[in-house]
Amino acid sequence: MIDTTGGSPTDLDRPTGDPDVIGVLREASPGETRVAATPATVRQLVALGYDIVVEAGAGARSGFDDASYVAAGAVIGDPLRAGVVLGVNAPTDEQLEGLRDGATLISILGPASNPDVVEALSRRPITALAMDAVPRISRAQSLDVLSSMANVAGYRAVVEAAHVFGRFFTGQVTAAGKMPPANVLVVGAGVAGLSAIGVAGSLGAVVKATDPRPEVADQVRSLGGEYLPVESADVEVSATGYAREMSDDYGSRAAALYAATVPGMDVVITTALIPGRSAPVLVTAEVVAAMRPGSVIVDMAAANGGNVEGTVPGAAIVTANGVTIIGYTDLAGRLPAQASQLYGTNVVNLMKLLTPEKDGRLVLDLEDAVQRAMTVVRHGEPTWPPPPVHVSAAPAEPPAADPAVAPPSSARRSTADRLGGTLALGFALLLLAALAPPTLLPHLTVFALAIVIGFYVIGHVHHALHTPLMSVTNAISGIIVVGALLNLANDEPAVIVLAAAATLLASINIFGGFAVTRRMLAMFSRS
Amino acid sequence: MTIETASQAAYLVAALLFILALGGLSRHETAAVGNQLGIAGMALALATTTAVTVHDNVPVTNLVVLVVATALGGGIGLRRARVVEMTGMPELIALLHSFVGLAAVLVGWNGYLLVEHAAHGAEALDLQSQDMLGIHHAEVVIGVFIGAVTFTGSIVANLKLSARIRSAPLTLAGKNLLNLGALAAFVGLTAWFCARPQLWVLVAVTVVALALGWHLVASIGGGDMPVVVSMLNSYSGWAAAASGFLLDNDLLIITGALVGSSGAYLSYIMCRAMNRSFVSVIAGGFGIVGVPAEDGDVGEHREMSAEQVAGLLSGASSVIITPGYGMAVAQAQYGVAELTRKLRDRGVQVRFGIHPVAGRLPGHMNVLLAEAKVPYDIVLEMDEINDDFPATDVVLVIGANDTVNPAAAEDPTSPIAGMPVLTVWEASNVIVFKRSMAVGYAGVQNPLFFRENSSMLFGDAKDRVGDILRAM
Repeated sequence: MIDTTGGSPTDLDRPTGDPDVIGVLREASPGETRVAATPATVRQLVALGYDIVVEAGAGARSGFDDASYVAAGAVIGDPLRAGVVLGVNAPTDEQLEGLRDGATLISILGPASNPDVVEALSRRPITALAMDAVPRISRAQSLDVLSSMANVAGYRAVVEAAHVFGRFFTGQVTAAGKMPPANVLVVGAGVAGLSAIGVAGSLGAVVKATDPRPEVADQVRSLGGEYLPVESADVEVSATGYAREMSDDYGSRAAALYAATVPGMDVVITTALIPGRSAPVLVTAEVVAAMRPGSVIVDMAAANGGNVEGTVPGAAIVTANGVTIIGYTDLAGRLPAQASQLYGTNVVNLMKLLTPEKDGRLVLDLEDAVQRAMTVVRHGEPTWPPPPVHVSAAPAEPPAADPAVAPPSSARRSTADRLGGTLALGFALLLLAALAPPTLLPHLTVFALAIVIGFYVIGHVHHALHTPLMSVTNAISGIIVVGALLNLANDEPAVIVLAAAATLLASINIFGGFAVTRRMLAMFSRS
Repeated sequence: MTIETASQAAYLVAALLFILALGGLSRHETAAVGNQLGIAGMALALATTTAVTVHDNVPVTNLVVLVVATALGGGIGLRRARVVEMTGMPELIALLHSFVGLAAVLVGWNGYLLVEHAAHGAEALDLQSQDMLGIHHAEVVIGVFIGAVTFTGSIVANLKLSARIRSAPLTLAGKNLLNLGALAAFVGLTAWFCARPQLWVLVAVTVVALALGWHLVASIGGGDMPVVVSMLNSYSGWAAAASGFLLDNDLLIITGALVGSSGAYLSYIMCRAMNRSFVSVIAGGFGIVGVPAEDGDVGEHREMSAEQVAGLLSGASSVIITPGYGMAVAQAQYGVAELTRKLRDRGVQVRFGIHPVAGRLPGHMNVLLAEAKVPYDIVLEMDEINDDFPATDVVLVIGANDTVNPAAAEDPTSPIAGMPVLTVWEASNVIVFKRSMAVGYAGVQNPLFFRENSSMLFGDAKDRVGDILRAM
């Protein structure tokens, strides 16, 4: 059953033979409740042509007994002898030593925050794929275990908070009195944050959320939350799909926002993580001290140091003023069956990618950006970090056609053109002004300056305002009425008739233009 | 402080108020304040001018004429502003431009009557003593010329926009020569008039200018009207500035130049959006490049019923609506707004993608959507939304054609090649609301209709949107 041909399972062109065997580990860490495959995902792996060996008791803590795995087509045995080994966490030293030469290990490895793991793995002649190193591109979303676990953790964070919170989340009016809804603030609208927003909202709470990326505002609203922007010029454009650390100015504005909003909240859930760094402290001890007794904070970033001052990773504590701070680092694991199912499905999706022929033979294609990004060790050679992958939403580099020649020459030409044009225009103006009679000069001066002002003053007009702008300039050009009025100071009948007609026409313009602009502007409203 | 210095000071403040008004109008937050500032500036200018007129011991009859003319004009203007349909906004604005043009012509003629015609009058002698008479001659002719071009040009634009004349471009033989000939005649006549200020010369200039304005805009097709209207806006400013030179009035010069240059810049933005050369727009007749659509085998289009579209929308999570002139014609904006509300209430992300030249006036679509109470922060311009189409489930193309034509991006031989367009075809599904399979304004077949992911929904846009609403 086990592949004994000696060939590495990761070779691109292997002779056909027996299918690979997938081994599913029982997690060694006592706190880990999840498992890398459930009976449902075992069935899918079998359908891909693999033979499955599950370690005895692997699914016990997620509620899957060995019999259910056998029923799904697996065998109970030693997973370390398999060619492909699935785990949830990085392997222990014993597990690592027990792996066959040439085996492929797939689990959450944390290569970015934990370089030691890569080093330890590369001491064995194996290949290792990190489930948490999936690039954030649309195609790879189905394997993104960070997203799926964050979703579970966000759900659980609300449940933990509701468990500790002494009141309803939803507002009710009953015979026994009226209860206000709970106010929930979610900090960070990533996957975990959005999940928490949705769950808290469906429990009936009034949910607000904040995030440095303004583009998530619509996502927050789509889940029924209210988006609180941090007013700042420092708008974030993230090229990787993750938040990055913000400037000092932004930080102080954000701190002001938290100081103003957090004390009024019943439940605060913080999810702010920055890849490869410790979590930013967003809620200070003073802000926590200003909260009402009975309020609950769930710090989902506790494992990385926490967003809240006073968080104890892995524990729930109660502050002097009666605020509970929950710093559990295993929120996803607290829903073991759900988390295992989602993790297992992510693994199945990866295996689909790695099994293009659906013949039970694993083929690793390092030309593929997703597979390359996940591979941290290949045949004992460390391959971390991978080359950067741009997320699909970020604009691609413009194709530089003939980069050596074309752009510089065109740039030079346009600069020269512009300079030449400006100089020619300047010279023409100079001639005109020099030739003009002295009494005309002041007029020419204001004329030239007004043209420049007109150009600059509408330089950044909002596209939606083109029509109102045009109708207001139209009203203003009715200023010609001044000319008509000045003409009226006369006793030549013909002149007076013409001037009266001009006054009439220009007045229509002025009054009509301003009134219609006003009418239009009154219609513009923000949602 | 004399009445002279006081009026100059008031004019200066009025000019500054106008500058602030235009600046305010470029952002939503300040737009309403900008309009108020403009009104304040205008009130100040009017009050000052009236005071100056009164101070000059004008006969009472003249003052009565002044008050009556202003009140009458104001009444007409306010009434028109109140009753105009938002879809009729382009016509109204074009008509208002023509008034400025005509007023400039009248002011120019008055300049002639007061100075050149009365060669021994006080003003003429005064100018002669300053050696300004020649300049005055030129100012009269230039003012009348610009005003007359603006006047007839705007009238034609108004007639085309209100569909009272055919909107197709007029193509006279040698139309460029006609335009150039008119300009040459203008230069020649100006020179003549400066030498000998005779009445017939001024009449000739007026006639030539009226004809030029007519021809200039008549040779531009209805589809390019956004640029034309904004160009006429600019012309009306230059006309006011010319009158300012004529009357020695800095307020008119400043305001005219402001309006002229901002209008020209706005036209330039429009031209860039259509990938057209600014010069060819000003020269007129740039809309006739459309060669007849080649009757190549473009493929089969698919049709969808309103019920199917409703089903598609119910399952979507992200929808973008790209309206065009067809939405204005069908008055479909209320139905579209209702559809938007319904979808948003269901948690669907709905946004609007507006092409810079959609409609018949810059920003026309925005005004219509605002009228129907679509919140302006979900109405985005082309550059803001073009990257989002690949992640969009359904795009509704309502009455737009050339602005969503993939040929502009993909077919270098297309007459609209290089024009930036909304890349709707990158979305998963595209529904095109259209009356028939006829070609769009530019006379170019639209390959979008034959794409795998596009479906047609034929009929009047308003009716079809109503059908979708009922089906939901």
